[in-house]
Amino acid sequence: MIRVQRDIFDIGKEIEALTSGRTDIGAVVSFTGLVRDFNDGNDVTGLSLEHYPGMTERELAKIEEEAGSRWNLQASLIIHRYGEMALGEPIVLVITASPHRHDAFEAAHFLMDWLKTKAPFWKQEMTADGDTSWVKERESDVKAAKRWTTNA
Amino acid sequence: MKILYFAWLKTKLQMTEETISWSEDCRDTDSLVRWMKTRGPAFAEVFSDLEVVRIAVNQEYITGNTTLGKEDEIAFFPPVTGG
Repeated sequence: MIRVQRDIFDIGKEIEALTSGRTDIGAVVSFTGLVRDFNDGNDVTGLSLEHYPGMTERELAKIEEEAGSRWNLQASLIIHRYGEMALGEPIVLVITASPHRHDAFEAAHFLMDWLKTKAPFWKQEMTADGDTSWVKERESDVKAAKRWTTNA
Repeated sequence: MKILYFAWLKTKLQMTEETISWSEDCRDTDSLVRWMKTRGPAFAEVFSDLEVVRIAVNQEYITGNTTLGKEDEIAFFPPVTGG
């Protein structure tokens, strides 16, 4: 399942919804990305996320499908927010469920790494002096995503 | 053809989208980019370094030159920074 939304989400409720009524799931892994107050040495006061409606959903669905083909997943969920976000708020949530922990851990890691370099979202940071700037791509993110290609 | 711009490309061009008529100048993505560069200083700047511009046609990333038709949606944007 994928969801692209402006609203904040509740991590506990999402995990509960994904696993409720199921007794076949042995492991659930979740990753949450938060808005932090620093980036590349600058103080950040807020974040705005732009995305490409339509393509975002397609890319996220493809990424989730790829994870499902590589690991034994019983359920998965990707939620990604867009719009204005305050410090400390969640931006993205990935949940994976599998019979054993290995698949859930690996798949969650993969989903985040691929999402970072493929899903069409762009962050804009606000700083205390009122400036806004578009966040630059990180080489470490590109490397992290490539790891899953060479291991495939 | 519908053209979309995102993130700093949008800011620099002061435009989120536009519709252009198909012509030989935009028969494929390489031609379209060449034509874009001739549209004034802002366009020339935005398309000066193609290492930092990604292209999607009909909401799919493209790799290499891609043929374009009248009904296509072409998007230009920087490397993504979500997550």
